Amino acid sequence: MGNVIALDGILGLGELKTAVDAPQSAASGCSSSSCGSSDGPADMAPDVWEKVKNHPCYSEEAHHYFARMHVAVAPACNIQCNYCNRKYDCSNESRPGVVSEKLTPDQALRKVLAVAQEIPQLSVIGIAGPGDSLAAGGKNSFATFEALAKHAPDLKLCISTNGLALPDHVERLKNYNVDHVTITINMVDPEVGERIYPWIFYDHRRWTGRDAAKILHERQMLGLEMLTSAGILAKINSVMIPGINDEHLKDVNKAVKSRGAFLHNIMPLISDPAHGTHFGLTGQRGPTAQELKLLQDECEGGAKLMRHCRQCRADAVGLLGEDRGAEFTTEKIEALELKFDDSVRREYREHVESERAERHRSKAAAQAEVQEVVGDDVAPILIAVATKGGERINEHFGHAKEFQIYEVGVHGAKFVGHRRVEEYCEGGEGNDDALDVVLAAINDCAAVFVAKIGGCPKKSLEAAGIEPVDRFAFEYIEESALTYFKDYAERLAQGTATSRSGHDAVIRPAMRA
Amino acid sequence: MAYKIKASDCTACGACEAECPNIAISFKKGTYVIDPAKCTECEGHFKSPQCAAVCPADCCVPA
Ligand code: SF4
Ligand code: SF4
Ligand code: SF4
Repeated sequence: MGNVIALDGILGLGELKTAVDAPQSAASGCSSSSCGSSDGPADMAPDVWEKVKNHPCYSEEAHHYFARMHVAVAPACNIQCNYCNRKYDCSNESRPGVVSEKLTPDQALRKVLAVAQEIPQLSVIGIAGPGDSLAAGGKNSFATFEALAKHAPDLKLCISTNGLALPDHVERLKNYNVDHVTITINMVDPEVGERIYPWIFYDHRRWTGRDAAKILHERQMLGLEMLTSAGILAKINSVMIPGINDEHLKDVNKAVKSRGAFLHNIMPLISDPAHGTHFGLTGQRGPTAQELKLLQDECEGGAKLMRHCRQCRADAVGLLGEDRGAEFTTEKIEALELKFDDSVRREYREHVESERAERHRSKAAAQAEVQEVVGDDVAPILIAVATKGGERINEHFGHAKEFQIYEVGVHGAKFVGHRRVEEYCEGGEGNDDALDVVLAAINDCAAVFVAKIGGCPKKSLEAAGIEPVDRFAFEYIEESALTYFKDYAERLAQGTATSRSGHDAVIRPAMRA
Repeated sequence: MAYKIKASDCTACGACEAECPNIAISFKKGTYVIDPAKCTECEGHFKSPQCAAVCPADCCVPA
């Protein structure tokens, strides 16, 4: 165990408790409204849970403990989206304005092995572009998978695609043991589709207008059905484009659910004239935080929703919103001597596994307590949390690059999204512009949980009506949020706290300096 | 009869290379180029030049 704790120290996750011998059944005692991919076996077949429990993109819980890495080996694409400018990365996961370093399959293998040596939390390798991972016959993607399956068989493989070429490749994906596929589906009606896709390249010709959208739609549905029958988990990404497909995404949610999609991830359009995309240039706006959340809430009950997606770069590396991609440059990797040892990764995974049951039990207990003492009439509140992972409040306010947003109420605490900000503290100096960005990004929250915070930002937050809270430093997020909510309900009853309903917040794109 | 690639607009994505029925396209010095000796404008293979149909930058044009 000593070794494991030390490892944890390196990760900066705070001190972890040793596992308590909780009865196994506690893990499935899920009564929370957030009962989804985060809560484990209660509502999930055991074989599915095996696939997702360590996958940061498929399980909210795992995204606190495991890291994913994208390798940008697939620059070619076979469709055009109005939110994409092909000078930049793929629009598939909607991250305009960033350019990833393109790798050959051989460089990708070296990079993965190098990163795996440095980051034991690494559990997933994904290919998400920078074009479409299955365009151009998927040649580079499959070459990369082949090399990885040989040299690092413990890592899970996943792929993102627009779906056009998917039906041609399901068989092969199965053969390479790819058990997660993400399809970006923005419509199930070609009339909506023609406003999003100007053209596609299919069957040796370019198609435009409604024909293009119809073919794409049919291929996406067929691909999804094929994945489901092959036993490959499918996650659906949808880009929410106000005025074009926002209402329509409820139909998309139903359509993908009925075809067996495991998760549905509704992401905001990020649009800026500077990106040179069609939508950027025509002034199409993205949704606000509340619009996005409202749509996500309305889709709850359909296909399971995913809210923790970060719309990562095609070469992203790391845990949560962290991106250490820039540390692993091609030159650095070429120079590195590679090891194929997976023992540190294995040890880390065993450690997380041993803690899991106790974590589930503790969250359920905290929730039961709130349910007992707080009346049903108290509306839920949002709390912003500064964390580096491990499900703990362990980040300094000034160092946070993003805040995790939790909705907490009588029915429990659930993660509902994350908000990117600029670091308030750079080189020790507080920066007032950056503070305004933070205030706008978490304006709908009642409180912000931090490990530590300076005097000035504290005052500004209080003035804005957002309570800075550092008394839960290094504690677990959900339990602390529930404790806070209990106090809040009391203060509300006494008239010493006010509700923040009606406040909205601003969504910001990802940046890398 | 051949196509060419306007190098200034090419994003070097390689989509065209994968579609060419004559293996006329290759990567040279940071950009893709068409070998005019091999390019047939896809005649006999397809109705339209494949590189032009797939290119996201619309930079495959008649030489
Ligand atoms: S883009 Fe979304 S799905 Fe892909 S790795 Fe990032 S968080 Fe996961
Ligand atoms: S026109 Fe056809 S043959 Fe000529 S380079 Fe383009 S794809 Fe190849
Ligand atoms: S498809 Fe167009 S942009 Fe891509 S490599 Fe070929 S010429 Fe360049």
